[in-house]
Amino acid sequence: MTEADDILTVAAGWRAAGEQVALATVTETWGSSPRPAGSQMAVTASGKMAGSVSGGCIEGAVADAARQTMASGVPQLLDFGVTNERAWEVGLACGGKVKVFVETLA
Amino acid sequence: MTPEVLAGLAEARAAKRPVVLATRLPGGEQRLLTSGAGDSELAVAAQRALDRDESGTVRLADGEWFLRAYNPPLRLVIVGAVHIAQALVPMAAQIGLSVIVVDPRRSFATDERFPDVTVMTEWPDEALDALVPDARTGVVTLTHDPKLDDPALDRALKSAAFYIGALGSRKTHAARLARLRELGHGDADFARIRGPVGLALGAVTAPEIALSIIAEFVAVRRNAALAIRGPAKAAA
Repeated sequence: MTEADDILTVAAGWRAAGEQVALATVTETWGSSPRPAGSQMAVTASGKMAGSVSGGCIEGAVADAARQTMASGVPQLLDFGVTNERAWEVGLACGGKVKVFVETLA
Repeated sequence: MTPEVLAGLAEARAAKRPVVLATRLPGGEQRLLTSGAGDSELAVAAQRALDRDESGTVRLADGEWFLRAYNPPLRLVIVGAVHIAQALVPMAAQIGLSVIVVDPRRSFATDERFPDVTVMTEWPDEALDALVPDARTGVVTLTHDPKLDDPALDRALKSAAFYIGALGSRKTHAARLARLRELGHGDADFARIRGPVGLALGAVTAPEIALSIIAEFVAVRRNAALAIRGPAKAAA
């Protein structure tokens, strides 16, 4: 089982245990983005988190979006330029872009 | 994701059936597509994602879809339930491989030495005949014993296995190729065997050798430049 497959299994396990769960999946990348399309992160309303959709740069923002999606039930397609001002300051201009789809596990 | 889609996906994966989860963007409508699901534009794109083992977004006449390809795990058949195999099994599991250890010597092939992995105690040729290595299977021989390694390599060469490795020095490997030549194999077959197995890391300990094998397996799978080798020569 690959790493990304495992996240879905983890998410399904949380759901089966009665947690409210959102799943975030990288759908498209441009340039030198750290994780390929298909990479996943699962988040629960209770604050559990597994997996990743970047090298740690956007997980916080994706977790916020996941909480919104869990509250509203509406999926979101998020668009991130990996390079931001802060990354530029510390010289981490990796220059990639990613799209992340966020959905609930009903 | 609806419970029906999640259950369908879990069922296909448990049965080791290739399947694609198609998600319409940005709306989120989802469909499960099995291999050979027809000739619609979406089914063709899904088949391509499975063949390339690559997930991604496609733009079709009816809009944008994200296709997540779920192929069954790659398999690694390890012939020889030896010390290096004990180090190799957990590394292989870590990168998501489905591992089968083959060794007819029951004192080696014990559940205690190999917990949580499929162990077969058939002779390697019989085991490989049963396993039918395909283009998503690798075979590594670790026994150093021609009685066990040779039949395994013979069957691996007759299969579609994408990675074939044999532990042993250059000298051992040259002698091995000479024996395989007597079994009817030629230079084109020999080019498929990685011997000595593993990337040239200068590995010494069992875990280091296991690491070099896993590293080479990944390099071959991902078509990395590191995977390219010169031809090995058979002993005259």
